[in-house]
Amino acid sequence: MNYPEIVRIAETKKETENIKTFRFKYNKKVRPGQFFMVWISGVDEIPMSVSYTDNFKGITVEQVGEATKALFKMKKGDKIGIRGPYGNGFKTPKGKVLFVAGGTGIIPVASLIEKIKKKNAVVVFGAKTKKKLFFMDRIKKSKLLISTDNGSFGYHGFASELVEEALRKEKFNSIITCGPEKMMKKILDLGIKHKIPVQASLERFMKCGIGICDSCAINGYHVCKDGPVFDDKTLGKMKDFGKFKREASGRRVRI
Amino acid sequence: MKLSTEISGLKLRNPTILASGILGETGGTLLNVARNGAGAVTTKSIGIKPKKGNKNPTVLETEYGLINAVGLANPGIDNYENEIKTALKSKIPVIGSVFGKNKKEFVLVSKKMENFGVNAIELNMSCPHARGYGVEIGEDKKIVYDIVKNVKKTVDVPVFVKISVHTNILSLAKNIEFAKADAIVAINSLRGMKIDLDLKIPVLSNKIGGYSGPGIKPVGVRTVYEIASNVKIPVIGCGGVMNGKDAVEYMMAGASAVQIGSGVYYRGVDVFKKICDEIKLWMKKNGYKRIDEIIGVALK
Repeated sequence: MNYPEIVRIAETKKETENIKTFRFKYNKKVRPGQFFMVWISGVDEIPMSVSYTDNFKGITVEQVGEATKALFKMKKGDKIGIRGPYGNGFKTPKGKVLFVAGGTGIIPVASLIEKIKKKNAVVVFGAKTKKKLFFMDRIKKSKLLISTDNGSFGYHGFASELVEEALRKEKFNSIITCGPEKMMKKILDLGIKHKIPVQASLERFMKCGIGICDSCAINGYHVCKDGPVFDDKTLGKMKDFGKFKREASGRRVRI
Repeated sequence: MKLSTEISGLKLRNPTILASGILGETGGTLLNVARNGAGAVTTKSIGIKPKKGNKNPTVLETEYGLINAVGLANPGIDNYENEIKTALKSKIPVIGSVFGKNKKEFVLVSKKMENFGVNAIELNMSCPHARGYGVEIGEDKKIVYDIVKNVKKTVDVPVFVKISVHTNILSLAKNIEFAKADAIVAINSLRGMKIDLDLKIPVLSNKIGGYSGPGIKPVGVRTVYEIASNVKIPVIGCGGVMNGKDAVEYMMAGASAVQIGSGVYYRGVDVFKKICDEIKLWMKKNGYKRIDEIIGVALK
């Protein structure tokens, strides 16, 4: 039944200045790329990518608004409500995979990277600064290409520039990306140009999480149910991808 | 076999209509619902200004249905033209649902809806969980009469009025008929609540929500039956329509068509196609060639 199960936070870990991981026991099976609706009672219920998909589940949260601020104050033993998992998750890619994560976009892909043989994964990870890089211990076994916007670590520039270079040097069978939508649009275009299938995980304002309220609609698709992961063919049909999103009221606004 | 039906001049290819509130906020989704077989689609209720709606949780599943308090979230009528234009590409009737806190707002939003090209207007007099709106207006039969009369004076497209069971149904229905509305839609969701046993608080942020789905069907059928027995204008049935037999039951009670909302959750967006196939199967078994022959047969 689509109803929140109350769980106790078992562990918290600070990842960066404003990103924290919360671990808890929740027995339902989860695929990398799926999400939970997380209820912080008295405040809000928000969609959160699952960052740890094994039995000891985890969500990793950036403090951005009222709900995440309230969640940040919670400690071991505090109760949260969990619904889900929802959405389709990533299809397990075959052959050589290029992962492209921007900022918190690493959260849903980290557990997939861990499942792929290290010789088959190249990870491009871009962040604003060195201090905003996290989950490095989870992805370090794969070949890493790191960029920062200010040059404080790795390549000085955008992740998409590293992707262009990687695609020139090596052949890939598949690209998996999550991050700012404008970045993902560039990655999609590169994928199309090099004829490599792309899976991208999208984010939209959500209410129900179960495909009926229409809050997360994008050109007739629902990010909560048809997504959040979409393939290149579907993304190609979405005129709003990389350009428009919807506010809580449903008003269409530029990204 | 003919599934087509008519509501005060509005022709439908089949009697399944997307109910307001489920999907229907965006043009692209309305178009997709049409592709999945609906006879007509109803938009989310649109008001005069953008409205964020309630904080989550806003939608929950319970044992026999859904309970929601989305809170009339909508982009506002002035941001809605493109959504209607997209939905109209479907070539099936698009019904614009309108809410307001007074006559002035209902009239203004209805007029704009008509200008955008909708084929009918549905006045939301029945949302069970929004302060100052919905049933809080719809429970006063004089106010309802006044609003319907004025909207009718302002627009030329058919005007439907969606009502709640939390009213004196029969005198309200009579007033709606006197005000020259083109159809009555019954019922909206019922006021309900869900309390979490662990946290010991109501789960919905709004505490009270609208209960919909299979559990409310007998209430809906009874209400449609009573209204159809007492007024001459068409009735559109709503509440727990999950399959073809449910639709047939509502039509026997006097409904000219049915609205489907929670059914989308239980059976997917192609619920419209599925229900139409099931209606046809029922008609075949029972020797009917036209679905409109069964409208109101149980009333005699």
